[in-house]
Amino acid sequence: MNISRREFLQMLAVASASGISLSACESDKTSAASGGIKSSATPTSPYEIPVFGNVSLLHYTDCHAQLLPIYFREPSINLGVGPMKDKPPHLVGNAFLNHYGVQPGSREAHAFTYLNYVEAAKQLGKVGGFAHLSTLVKKVRAQRPGSLLLDGGDTWQGSGTSLWTNAQDMVDAQKLLGVDVMTSHWEMTFGADRVMEIVKNDFKDRIDFVAQNIVDNEWGEQVFPPYVIKDINGVPTAIIGQAFPYTPIANPRFMVPDWSFGIRDDRMQQMVDEARGKGAKVVIVLSHNGMDVDLKMASRVTGIDAIMGGHTHDAVPRPVEVKNAGGVTLVTNAGSNSKFLAVLDLDVSNGKVRDYRYHLLPVFSNLLEADAEMASYIDKVRAPYKDKLSEKLAVTDEVLYRRGNFNGTFDQLICDALMDVQGAALSFSPGFRWGVSVMPGEAITMDHVMTQTAITYPTVTLNNMSGTRIKQILEDVADNLFNKDPYYQQGGDMVRVGGLKYTIDPAAEIGSRITDMELDGKPLSATKEYPVAGWASVQQPLDGRPVWDVVAEYLRDKKTISNIELNQPALKGVAGNLGLPN
Amino acid sequence: MTNMKRRTFLKGSVAAGAVGAAMGAGLLTPRIVLAAWPTAAFEAKSVDSALDALAGSHALEGSDKISIRAPDIAENGAVVPVSISSDIPGIESMSIIAEKNANPLTASFTLGKGAEGFVSTRIKMGKTSSVIAVVKAGGKLYSTGKEVKVTIGGCGG
Repeated sequence: MNISRREFLQMLAVASASGISLSACESDKTSAASGGIKSSATPTSPYEIPVFGNVSLLHYTDCHAQLLPIYFREPSINLGVGPMKDKPPHLVGNAFLNHYGVQPGSREAHAFTYLNYVEAAKQLGKVGGFAHLSTLVKKVRAQRPGSLLLDGGDTWQGSGTSLWTNAQDMVDAQKLLGVDVMTSHWEMTFGADRVMEIVKNDFKDRIDFVAQNIVDNEWGEQVFPPYVIKDINGVPTAIIGQAFPYTPIANPRFMVPDWSFGIRDDRMQQMVDEARGKGAKVVIVLSHNGMDVDLKMASRVTGIDAIMGGHTHDAVPRPVEVKNAGGVTLVTNAGSNSKFLAVLDLDVSNGKVRDYRYHLLPVFSNLLEADAEMASYIDKVRAPYKDKLSEKLAVTDEVLYRRGNFNGTFDQLICDALMDVQGAALSFSPGFRWGVSVMPGEAITMDHVMTQTAITYPTVTLNNMSGTRIKQILEDVADNLFNKDPYYQQGGDMVRVGGLKYTIDPAAEIGSRITDMELDGKPLSATKEYPVAGWASVQQPLDGRPVWDVVAEYLRDKKTISNIELNQPALKGVAGNLGLPN
Repeated sequence: MTNMKRRTFLKGSVAAGAVGAAMGAGLLTPRIVLAAWPTAAFEAKSVDSALDALAGSHALEGSDKISIRAPDIAENGAVVPVSISSDIPGIESMSIIAEKNANPLTASFTLGKGAEGFVSTRIKMGKTSSVIAVVKAGGKLYSTGKEVKVTIGGCGG
């Protein structure tokens, strides 16, 4: 712990020192105009990380098909309850900076928190993009021969092009980026047949698709290889896949009718032991559990050196060292939207991991040259859809974002559009954690709308629901987010609601979290039926209008978006929680 | 990787599988095998009365010699896979109870002498509930349980 902490601080010192010296010796326009954010024009300084050890793993996760650089605001509300309260990853804002020793106003502070978001984003520019990520991957790998690139999943879904090419744009991008091993979540929403087609054809002899926790419904047989053992500089290293455990519950069952998922930590233990038995000296779990689940799993399963996780989109700069009966397991989570690249360097000798270094590198698109080959691939793959995607639907006066436990301004737009176009007083929009941000003054394009809505079950719905049913839904989703036992959580955020006011006590038990439900100033009736507009129903395939059409129609009609009234529930019992704005 | 021929075979054997599931769920086996079908136990509305009718007592002793395997969150409440195993000597029967079901007793298996203490089946659950494994051995009842959540779904990730 101390060593990696020191290492992290050294990295920060190097980054900020280079920022200072650069603004002193050249005309740094952004720095002069800024409130003190240190931004440099040279691409090298923040990305020179010292080589360490003999086994290196590069990891990105939850890129959600974002091939181009984007803006992405980290959440201002990420509550932890029960044993998770005030612990990583449930720290936001200054509490996050204090915990990790990140300098306020620094580049890292902007990458990891929502603080001063718009000003900092204007100065530091966009993040991510596969061409920029590719440059960084090549740079880091050049210094680390034999290293592996791990993709934690949620790669094939999240853009217009990934939806319309049936994930082919991302599959080819993964191959070009040099991915070695991946696991899955949203990949499954393209259907079991398409997943199998890609794994058997496109990925053959190139990318190992691993998942220990996906089995055949009938006999419990493995559907995919549970793990792969790779030789890294003479060290046999096992990568065990852990797909998102609740895929057929959180996403449509009908997409993967024959497969069962689940956490299956007993099987995980068997796989770890089996891989060790076959000679693996390093065991890594490539996980799409979500970080709270990863932390619990690390406390129960022994023999794992590191769980490199995703799903909950938490960008965590330093591994959590979790003690268990067999020793210590590192848990890392690497953010989302191709905004970060994680580098885990291990010193392995005499068959054991002796020490490690970990870096979670923000991908600042202005600090990294675009890789020419990847850039030209992206141009080519987007070309057929470019006109459609670049349509300017409206201009926004405010920052649009999605992340946060209860609502985001982009979600509010979606809720407003659903109510307006569908003629309902109430609307529900799923608490997804993907979807990019749009800066004040920018045009909202079809591209932006697709980053918020591009799924394979996008049909809008209009259902009559009683007050009792509405409360049941809110209680159910709240329990998936705030259950005190992470194994009962599904990840994602609270369902966004348009029109309805309510109070939530996140630390309460299911059935008693939601109170004070009101519509138009009147208490919601338990028995009265209310028309509720929504989308993304997981029950069965539906014919009808896709949600992006509805949102686009609303935006074209509005032309300018301003004064968004963010409908957030009143919070109870969480005052002082470090997952609240601070 | 699942063998495709095997999978084709499986598709052809759905009917057989359904019979297996019905037996596992306690619909067929007890009627055929048991001399006396414990009607009162399966129709009882509470855990205590079900156990009283089944075993003559509802005094349960918690045991760490029983393990129960069931999903934390059910993928489909209509078919929740549950396995129980135990190395308690002299097991007479193994039963599965879903506490919040209208009729909590979902399955009961009578084991012959020297049989391995393992049963696996699928149960139906209407809502989130504790699932309890009850093992009868030496005339006493031992138990362990875990919560299985039944959820509406959607909205993840």
